[in-house]
Amino acid sequence: MTAGTIEVRDLRHAYGDFVAVDGLSFSVREGEIFSFLGPNGAGKSTAINLLITLLTIQSGSAVIAGYDVAREPARVRESIGIVFQEETLDRDMTAWETLEFHGMLYNLDREARRKRIDELLALVQLEAKRDTLTKHLSGGMKRRLEIARGLMTRPKVLFLDEPTIGLDPQTRMRMWDYIRRVNREGTTIFLTTHYMDEADQLSDRISIIDHGKIIATGTPWELKNTLGKDLLYFETSDNPKAIAILREFPTVRNINEKKNGFIAMVSEDGTHLLPGMMERLIGEKIDVATVNMKKPSMDDVFLHYTGKEIRDEETGKRVISNIRPGGR
Amino acid sequence: MAPGFYTIYWRDMIRYFRFKTLLFSSLLQPAIWLAFFGIAMAANFDQLYTKIPVPAGVVQVGYLTFMGAGVIAMTTLFTSLFSGIVILFDKNWGLMREILASPLRRENIIAGLGLSGVTKSIIQAIIIMGFGMLIGVGFFPGFTPLHVLVSFFGILAFVSVFAIGFIFLSAAIAVSMESPEGLQGVITLLTMPIFFASNALYPTAGFPEVLRIIASWNPLTYLINGIRYYAIGDRFVSLGAEYTFTGMDIAVSFLALVLFTTLMFLLALWRFRKAVVT
Repeated sequence: MTAGTIEVRDLRHAYGDFVAVDGLSFSVREGEIFSFLGPNGAGKSTAINLLITLLTIQSGSAVIAGYDVAREPARVRESIGIVFQEETLDRDMTAWETLEFHGMLYNLDREARRKRIDELLALVQLEAKRDTLTKHLSGGMKRRLEIARGLMTRPKVLFLDEPTIGLDPQTRMRMWDYIRRVNREGTTIFLTTHYMDEADQLSDRISIIDHGKIIATGTPWELKNTLGKDLLYFETSDNPKAIAILREFPTVRNINEKKNGFIAMVSEDGTHLLPGMMERLIGEKIDVATVNMKKPSMDDVFLHYTGKEIRDEETGKRVISNIRPGGR
Repeated sequence: MAPGFYTIYWRDMIRYFRFKTLLFSSLLQPAIWLAFFGIAMAANFDQLYTKIPVPAGVVQVGYLTFMGAGVIAMTTLFTSLFSGIVILFDKNWGLMREILASPLRRENIIAGLGLSGVTKSIIQAIIIMGFGMLIGVGFFPGFTPLHVLVSFFGILAFVSVFAIGFIFLSAAIAVSMESPEGLQGVITLLTMPIFFASNALYPTAGFPEVLRIIASWNPLTYLINGIRYYAIGDRFVSLGAEYTFTGMDIAVSFLALVLFTTLMFLLALWRFRKAVVT
């Protein structure tokens, strides 16, 4: 197996007693868009800060573009581009100066800098804002400028920490286009997000992360498929009894009662099961108030893996250990 | 290829010249000190002290000239100590994250900040000297052109070394702190004793023992001695106190400042290596 552009093994990081990153191991292949999807506080930012050398590695190892993060931080820094979660711009510098400063920081020579700035301003469509102070740019433009800055040094990997946080829906879609465009030009992309649609739309592969651990890794399609083909929901007059009955139907898995009073389950072929299920429940004198069936979305996947009621179950854990297809 | 610290210097200079109001007020402030405080005090003191006989062969120096040196020193002190604020803003809302994640060595960050602070202090010192002499500060009395030139650069050398030292101190404090308000408080607390326990506005000869000891260890006193030696001469009387400087005194003062600056560099380097901005 060839080594990935990012190879992480048993990465752990604690702030005092609080373990923010708890034994992460994963591999990012060259040229892919890889996402960390997790709720706020899951440890995504800590993980990214460890990889980009802003935090010192306490235990475990990480290799990026062939350089060990702990031993060769300067080499790693030269091989990566970063777009921070928080806006990291000088409000009183122009777009051009922002990029020029970055090029100088990374020791690009003058010719290369100037040429690269022109290319990148074109890529993120900010040519017209070249001499505008960053404080006069819109939120989306600032983000694009930061992405352009991250690409100044032609990095092997571009790290994007919550790249569309706080942007309006249209701007987010445009931002995704820019990210795809950058990726098509050959840059491997590592991004963190707590937006399911973002992970779903953009990523080649996703790791779902919670409490500092990776709970599942796969392509968006694989992750959705582990939930089964169809999600079924029932609202009945006697949920415990209904669960006992429905559990017996073929291919039904992960059946449980949600907090809001619905019974939820997954199955392979809901369309053929539903009539029989209805007939049995009515036969047992259980009133069915509502029935719903849908294909799993990334939201369902996320809830499945990070929601407390499911994660604590045996079945849930088994499912988790089954997928990790690209597993190591 | 430009040396690493130049990047930091370049950006700081862009900001310095971009804020016209800040630039203008920072240059105007010392002039106002001289024009108001200086002239008002001189009008009082000179009446009193010019009546006291002076030893033969020693020059009597007016108060405005005496405190002119103090104002250069004061301005350098304030500008340098407050220079750290930009670091704190950078840390909380600006480019410090980007800079720390880049391959730029930490020494270069500190060196670039020091150099830009020195540039600012030199510009200020020159303007104060020029403005001061316009309103009656009697610097370089009866000096030959060559002597004036040497003195001019002597003053700038003292100002530079002192400025770098306090910029490093300010940077070290700023990078270790979280809030601009806290930083402002700490720095204001520092400026008071440094400024008043020095010979900037009055002679230290009449100080009580404790204050005199503080003054004799105060880097600001060394800076002011250097400026007065170059601007006024090696022997003069002002406010009833006689000042004599030998070349050795001045060399020792300069070396003391170099030592101070070196220590502050190490302090700043240590704080920057520890700095974590995420």
